[in-house]
Amino acid sequence: MSTRLAQGGRLIDRSKPKNFTFNGKRMKGYEGDTLAAALLGEDQMLMGRSFKYHRPRGVVASGAEEPNALVNLGQGERFEPNQRVTTTELFDGLTCTSQNHWPSLEFDVGVVNNYAARFLPAGFYYKTFMAPAAAWKHLFEPVIRKSAGLGQVPTEADADRYEHYYHHTDVVIIGGGVAGLASALAAGRSGAKVLVMEQTHHWGGRAAVDGGEIDGQSVDAWIDATLAELSAMENVTLRTRMMGSGVYDHGYVLGYERVADHTPGDGRPRHRLWRIRTKQIVTATGAIERPLSFAGNDIPGVMLASAVRDYVVNWGVSIGDRTVVVTNNDDGYRTALVLKEAGLEVPVVLDARAEATGPLAEAARAAGIRVEPGRAIAKVHGGKRVTGVSVCLQAGEGSALEEIPCDAVAMSGGWSPVVHMWSHCGGKLIWDEAQAHFRPDPNRAPTSHDGEAFVVTAGTASGAMSQADTLEDAYAAGKAAAKAAGGKAVRKAGPKAEAEEAQPMAPVWIMPQGAGPQKRMKMWLDYQNDVKVSDVQLAAREGYESVEHTKRYTTLGMATDQGKLSNINGLAVLSDALDQEIPTTGTTTFRPPYTPISFGAIAGEARHEIFQPIRRTPMHQWHEEAGAYMEPVGHWRRPYCYAKPGETNEQAVHREVLNTRERLGLLDASTLGKLIVKGPDAGKFMDMMYTNMMSNLAVGKCRYGLMCTENGFLSDDGVVARIDEDTWLCHTTSGGADRIHAWMEEWLQTEWWDWKVYVANVTEQLAQVAVVGPNARKVLEKLGGMDVSKETLPFMQWADGKIGDFDARVYRISFSGELSYEIAVPASQGRAFWDALLEAGEEFGVMPYGTECLHIMRAEKGFIMIGDETDGTVIPQDLGLNWAISKKKEDFLGKRAQERSHMTDPERWKLVGLETLDGSVLPDGAYAVGEGNNVHGQRNMIGRVTSTYYSPTLKKGIAMGLIKHGPDRMGEVVDFPTVDGSNTVIKARICDPVFYDKDGEKQNV
Amino acid sequence: MSNAVSALQGASFDGYCKVEEAGLTGMIALRGDLSSAGVANAVKAVTGAAMPGQGEVTEGAKGRVGWMSPDELLLIVDHAEAPGIVEAATKSLGDAHSLVVNVSDARAVYRVKGAACREVIAKLTPADTSVMQPGMLRRTRIAQIPAAFYLEDDETAVLVCFRSVAQYAFDLLKDAAQPGGEIFK
Repeated sequence: MSTRLAQGGRLIDRSKPKNFTFNGKRMKGYEGDTLAAALLGEDQMLMGRSFKYHRPRGVVASGAEEPNALVNLGQGERFEPNQRVTTTELFDGLTCTSQNHWPSLEFDVGVVNNYAARFLPAGFYYKTFMAPAAAWKHLFEPVIRKSAGLGQVPTEADADRYEHYYHHTDVVIIGGGVAGLASALAAGRSGAKVLVMEQTHHWGGRAAVDGGEIDGQSVDAWIDATLAELSAMENVTLRTRMMGSGVYDHGYVLGYERVADHTPGDGRPRHRLWRIRTKQIVTATGAIERPLSFAGNDIPGVMLASAVRDYVVNWGVSIGDRTVVVTNNDDGYRTALVLKEAGLEVPVVLDARAEATGPLAEAARAAGIRVEPGRAIAKVHGGKRVTGVSVCLQAGEGSALEEIPCDAVAMSGGWSPVVHMWSHCGGKLIWDEAQAHFRPDPNRAPTSHDGEAFVVTAGTASGAMSQADTLEDAYAAGKAAAKAAGGKAVRKAGPKAEAEEAQPMAPVWIMPQGAGPQKRMKMWLDYQNDVKVSDVQLAAREGYESVEHTKRYTTLGMATDQGKLSNINGLAVLSDALDQEIPTTGTTTFRPPYTPISFGAIAGEARHEIFQPIRRTPMHQWHEEAGAYMEPVGHWRRPYCYAKPGETNEQAVHREVLNTRERLGLLDASTLGKLIVKGPDAGKFMDMMYTNMMSNLAVGKCRYGLMCTENGFLSDDGVVARIDEDTWLCHTTSGGADRIHAWMEEWLQTEWWDWKVYVANVTEQLAQVAVVGPNARKVLEKLGGMDVSKETLPFMQWADGKIGDFDARVYRISFSGELSYEIAVPASQGRAFWDALLEAGEEFGVMPYGTECLHIMRAEKGFIMIGDETDGTVIPQDLGLNWAISKKKEDFLGKRAQERSHMTDPERWKLVGLETLDGSVLPDGAYAVGEGNNVHGQRNMIGRVTSTYYSPTLKKGIAMGLIKHGPDRMGEVVDFPTVDGSNTVIKARICDPVFYDKDGEKQNV
Repeated sequence: MSNAVSALQGASFDGYCKVEEAGLTGMIALRGDLSSAGVANAVKAVTGAAMPGQGEVTEGAKGRVGWMSPDELLLIVDHAEAPGIVEAATKSLGDAHSLVVNVSDARAVYRVKGAACREVIAKLTPADTSVMQPGMLRRTRIAQIPAAFYLEDDETAVLVCFRSVAQYAFDLLKDAAQPGGEIFK
């Protein structure tokens, strides 16, 4: 039984009980508990099932490395699966359920996989599911989805909020154990700006559990004193509940702060992602204890020795009354001593080394603990809980010498430094024979832009195994980082601890060393993914040599703990099977994040209404209030149409077209790009940017122009107005304003840097309204102000003045074929101007119209639309726009490209109008087919539809398309097969693309 | 012009900093040779402010002048007077190659007021707000849009963005300033 001890627990406050439920059962813990400690305190050892065999799983560790104990946490809009109980702080009202079992945690039918284990070896998935393909979809996947998998998928939207925070500093210290604090002292004393982050809610890490003295004080007292000193330094920022998630190029670090996981619903952001720029990084990330590989090492009750000790010392929780300790190093004895001191029984310490002579072993003996050197665990007994162990010789094959009843096993296979943060950005590792672990190679650190190291390790993360070495290394690391970041030299001495003697550890990768296949099949490496020693050995026999391949083949280290416990043991077993040294095998790649971080933290504030910026014109609110159906145009939202009650969008569009053609329409054209080009060389520049001549445009006049890329393709179009001798105003498409502005700047800054031209984007300075229809002039005359008569302001001219009370620039331009004025007013006056037009226009039948009406009217007129008639492969010549390409100009962007053979090929598809024989509307994007098949056996294509609409004006379908030899085939009928499954062909006649008022009489009145 | 309104018409939010739209603000983009006496004279004449160096904003009797790029300044003036100032500056610059253009209505302006104004903005911009002092101006981005900001005093940040995204910027600042989001208390 695991239970709460009557006394002890340095992190809990027994006066503050916290209630929670597990699988609906009410339980109690204390403030300061992790969920793991609270569950164990209530004797809840069984917490889940493994991934493949559904074997019972209990907690193994006490921190971020825990592979087994994951739960579904919370409910409803705060439900989240796969939450690690060892890193979940207990709070009042917490609810959680266990995962990966059916029908219940205690009785799981999936455990049948366990008995079929010999049919589910490494690579099982790859071997079994090769063929037939259909079986995967219909048989294998549904079955595997049912039996494998972890938590459930949340069904409700996340109730919490998240945010980012950008932080700039000199030194970041990742880890707030004694090493991190010692580094912080050094860095802080240098005057450098320092950020220290600790993933748990308490400082000092595990040092206080292990005891000893620093600077003559208890470890706890030293931690308090150090925190006091650091807190008093203005240049030092201390953050708990913040994990170093990843180290990236050039001193970029992500810190994952769990602000309110333990206080859900208190209004604070749940998580905050710190996006940190720093000069130097100190990784004081400590080390993780390795499990030992013996048969039955996955049975609940078998735990890391350090974790057993943590639960007793930190939370006052015992894992069992009788704990067998098995170790290959001195540190394991600390657990035996702690248990003994807590009044619990330690029947034996099994030390795999041939002799046990270290001071800790002596202390254990002195405390009356039986110590058995050269011994190992042959087998753990028990199902859902440990009941005992068989003891054998480590050197042998596993014959049982003795049976020892117990309810817990504490194992220690040595310590591996946490090298993740060091490795994320390319820090290299070396194999330390003495400690049998990989540790950072200080000579091959991650380097920054200047080739200098920007990460240094501190303390145990460097491979220092004693308190004294840890403090010395960490203080030096803090000093070095601060110096590299520009801090002052630090003369004050760092913290010190007494040197300790220790007996060397002995690498033990299989226990006992001669264990046969039966035992190896029960030695777990990866607890969550059910990867055993036998699986890795099988992979090696099947030819897997690369550790990366073996990982993917066996799934070793692919569980949610990302191999924190299994990594070294797995590659040691692989090395042994391949008969090579461990450094030759190497490690898999360490990638961020260190432990999984929430999607919410990554998204930050970008949710709901601020998911992405929406651009709004000054009249936007009016459109919304009018019930407009909005469509995205870039980041703008523009009215597609304004449906009235009872009207479909299509009906609304048709009404808007007819009303504009017959009476008066208003379009919010504010999104149109407006670029001012000014300077002595502006004319020359305009002639380069546009295909037609712009330098000779008279002041006061407008001209439609085309812009091409340097490869000749049509890129943007719009009306250009000559403002004064030196100044032009270019209208671009709504989506093209920023792009064309950047395009102009690029040419001016990189190619024509000596031309005297300035460009300014004034798109948003102006609200622009198209006043369109036979009554357009009447409404403007009613508002009064400037003369807008045909004589004073003819077609394709502009003038400044007042319309009513408004400061206006009026362009006589038309994209609809009707009498039309586009009027620009300052954006601050836009809404009032719109309102004034609506009010004054009432007697003239005014109605606003949307983008779809605009599209139909321009299509009726045969005007092209960038993005419909063009797609990046179309040149102006394809569209019959040769009239807008200057033949006089020596050069313009695209000119030479348009002279290439492919561009002048008479076989290019060219723009024509299309009218269906039956008056129907051609499907958008439909292809016209020719005779015969191409080399791929596909039907030959001879063209495609680029724009197609029902014309309410003409009461029939109209379209434009690009057709091979199109302009030469006027009157011919081409076939457009449908793709709606009806196997029908729509026949359309090739015609002039201008369907309405070809002579332009309506716009020129 | 009585009809003129700013994008959010002075909307405000009381969080752990106060966020308020500043209302109509005159803004003029001036491009030219910033090392020339002509530009310095024109700027001085219309705002009373001295030429700012890189990353600086200066203040005169009639307005502020911010350094935007090696050949661009931003004049921050009274909204109603902006058209006249454009005219005056253009005239003052004479034949010198330059561009002076009114962009008052292309912008939205916010004030973030409170001791934590740097912190609130630092939730949105990768710029280092901790080093910002009155007299400095930073062009940067907030979340997904371009923005610039400077400090009027130690507890008042002024943030400028494009008008079309005024609502987005306001919502961002509101979110960042929500009570409970304090990072350093």
